Amino acid sequence: MKTLNEVKIGDSAKVIKLHGEGATKRRIMDMGITKGTDIKVIKVAPLGDPLELNVRGYSLSIRKSDASLIEVE
Amino acid sequence: MKIALVGNPNSGKTTLFNDLTGSKQFVGNWPGVTVEKKEGQIKNYKDVTIVDLPGIYSLSPYTLEEVISREYLINEKPDLIINIIDGSNMERNLYLTTQVLELGIPTVVACNMMDVVEKNQISIDLNGLSKELGVKILPISASKVEGIDLLIEEVVKENNKPSKELDVYSKDVLDSITKIENIISKETNEFLRFKAIKLFEKDEKIMVGFDKKEILKLVDNFEEKFDDDTESVITTQRYEFITNTLKKYIKKNSKQILHTSDKIDRVVTNRFLALPIFILVMGIVYYVSVTTIGEFVTDWTNEVLFGEIIPPLVTTFLENINASPVLISLIVDGIIAGVGAVLGFVPQMLVLFTFLAILEDCGYMARIAFIMDRIFRKFGLSGKSFIPMMIGTGCSVPAIMASRTIENERDRRMTITTTSFMPCGAKLPVIALIAGALFNNSGWVSNSAYFVGIFSIIASGIILKKTKRFSGDPAPFVMELPAYHLPNIKNVFRSVYERGSSFIKRAGTVILLATIIIWFLSNFGFTEGSFGMVEDLNTSILAALGNIFAPLFAPLGWGQWKATVATVAGLVAKEAVVGTLGVLYGMAEVSEEGVEIWSQLALDFTALSAYSFLLFNLLCAPCFATMGAIKREMNNTGWTIFAISYQTIFAYTISLIFYQIGLFVTTGAFGFWTIVAIALILIYLYLLFRPEPSKKYKTNVNYN
Repeated sequence: MKTLNEVKIGDSAKVIKLHGEGATKRRIMDMGITKGTDIKVIKVAPLGDPLELNVRGYSLSIRKSDASLIEVE
Repeated sequence: MKIALVGNPNSGKTTLFNDLTGSKQFVGNWPGVTVEKKEGQIKNYKDVTIVDLPGIYSLSPYTLEEVISREYLINEKPDLIINIIDGSNMERNLYLTTQVLELGIPTVVACNMMDVVEKNQISIDLNGLSKELGVKILPISASKVEGIDLLIEEVVKENNKPSKELDVYSKDVLDSITKIENIISKETNEFLRFKAIKLFEKDEKIMVGFDKKEILKLVDNFEEKFDDDTESVITTQRYEFITNTLKKYIKKNSKQILHTSDKIDRVVTNRFLALPIFILVMGIVYYVSVTTIGEFVTDWTNEVLFGEIIPPLVTTFLENINASPVLISLIVDGIIAGVGAVLGFVPQMLVLFTFLAILEDCGYMARIAFIMDRIFRKFGLSGKSFIPMMIGTGCSVPAIMASRTIENERDRRMTITTTSFMPCGAKLPVIALIAGALFNNSGWVSNSAYFVGIFSIIASGIILKKTKRFSGDPAPFVMELPAYHLPNIKNVFRSVYERGSSFIKRAGTVILLATIIIWFLSNFGFTEGSFGMVEDLNTSILAALGNIFAPLFAPLGWGQWKATVATVAGLVAKEAVVGTLGVLYGMAEVSEEGVEIWSQLALDFTALSAYSFLLFNLLCAPCFATMGAIKREMNNTGWTIFAISYQTIFAYTISLIFYQIGLFVTTGAFGFWTIVAIALILIYLYLLFRPEPSKKYKTNVNYN
């Protein structure tokens, strides 16, 4: 299983499934990361975490630990 | 007529609200929470009020802002909703719109940033989209004040109708929703569709009062059949609906243009440049608002305006009209000193707030959280807590007010509770006094004060985030990095004005009252058997109280009434500790660092007890002005009392541990208090290293 935190910087990936539950998962989905969405990993913060993503045409920042709950192709 | 303004954060909602209302605004808080509430009147329409709901991405039940918005919409039933969306970010913005439309409240959509859309060579067929969604969509540019009059004309018409039902969900989902509607229609007929969908998503907050068992059975069957949870199903179908709809109405000219914002971010959050740029920006903010303009203006207000100019003028005036000495003292030493204590902080605050408003408005504040998150989240704080901590080395009052920029309520409360541990400017004279009197003016005393401050913040963060009070909300860090744009001058000014005036109004009364109480305690007392005003602080009520409470500080090594009185006087302003000690040791006036009493102080204190005294004064309940700021920002009596008690208990126990263990190590003295100190150490170790209680994914957002 490949997760979003394993995607190389500059690469894109398609979301297959979201793991986890509750507030964090819902928040991630509310922000537009749903099944079938294409996500581009733009960069990682200078201290190594969090990540900056491009989702549905805007910039979103999430922690690596949360990114590991997002299964991608 | 009552209108609610709903929209995503960074969609230009505040700017639109300002455009719609002009200067007719009332700013407060939602009851009991730290979230701001704004209300106003629509320009030229006296009977049309508009409420600016917190910026939200969804009507889910997980964040405080979402719950506040939902409860307002459902309980207050506004006549109309204005939903502002960002035209340059339609997909995510319409996600909220699809939920708002399900409420069945008449809605007008204001599509903002049309100037940006044009510049990016995107064309949006708003008429087509409007027809498809069954709701009026008007193009506006809030920052350029374009399209606002047409929008006002539209919303005051009072003939807007709820939108038609959107074709968002698959047949299976729709079947389940209809079934839930039938179940709950026995109990309610309001917001039936909205509630049914939320119940289908197993929304606990809506569940109350309905047949939970039957609904959950239905949902469980669905989830089993389709092997997915209903929240995911609904969210996915909403976004699919939006993507498919927008395909028809949005045309992008060229696909791969790098926007200005992305270009800026390539540099500003760049791996190597991000930290240097961050340090530079923070350096400028600190230098201007704390060391140069801030300090100069604050000193001038405190020492010249409220020290050399106003008091003599008022005194002369009062003496000329033959006012009694008590009245003169009350007005000059009590009231004017109190007003000065309030207003003295304002200039510096205004400078700082201008910076904060610019950083927030241009989009850099979100990048600060992005850059600093890694460090601060370990202590239960937000990356944005960096600014309050930094400003706290100058003055805790603006620092605590700066916590407003932190997006999560738990982080905000944690920051408010811990910020005043930083040694502020007013504590420096106390540090200098102790360093001079007992430590040969050694530099390590002041260095250690900063270390103690940082240590206390980190330790408190770790301890508090494991407590029940701060647990509950898992605070997901899923944050939008909004596009950079030039700050809107009007927004900046308004924000600075609002923060400044709310400090004066809501914190000012506390500060004034407390100053007057201390004035009374230190100017009145029993002399020669009668109660009255006293000339000598030694015979005041404060001194008597000092004698009573001094034994309380004996375990800390300084159970003397003079030190106790000075500590209480420090509540007015920390630098007053020095002046008060000066008076108590028989000096009419001492210099800022109290050089005159160094030798006397050295007789009454040992190195250990002096440092313990310093520790307590650095960490304990801050000055009244800071307490006022804490009260203003917590907006909740329970939380205010909690924060101040926590600080005082923390200060007391840390000083006790330091003194007793120090005494044991240096002299070998072992007694009851040594055992207490060891017990306290064990308790702290437990609190620091105990495993984090398992987090239930439930929110603590009952805001009553």
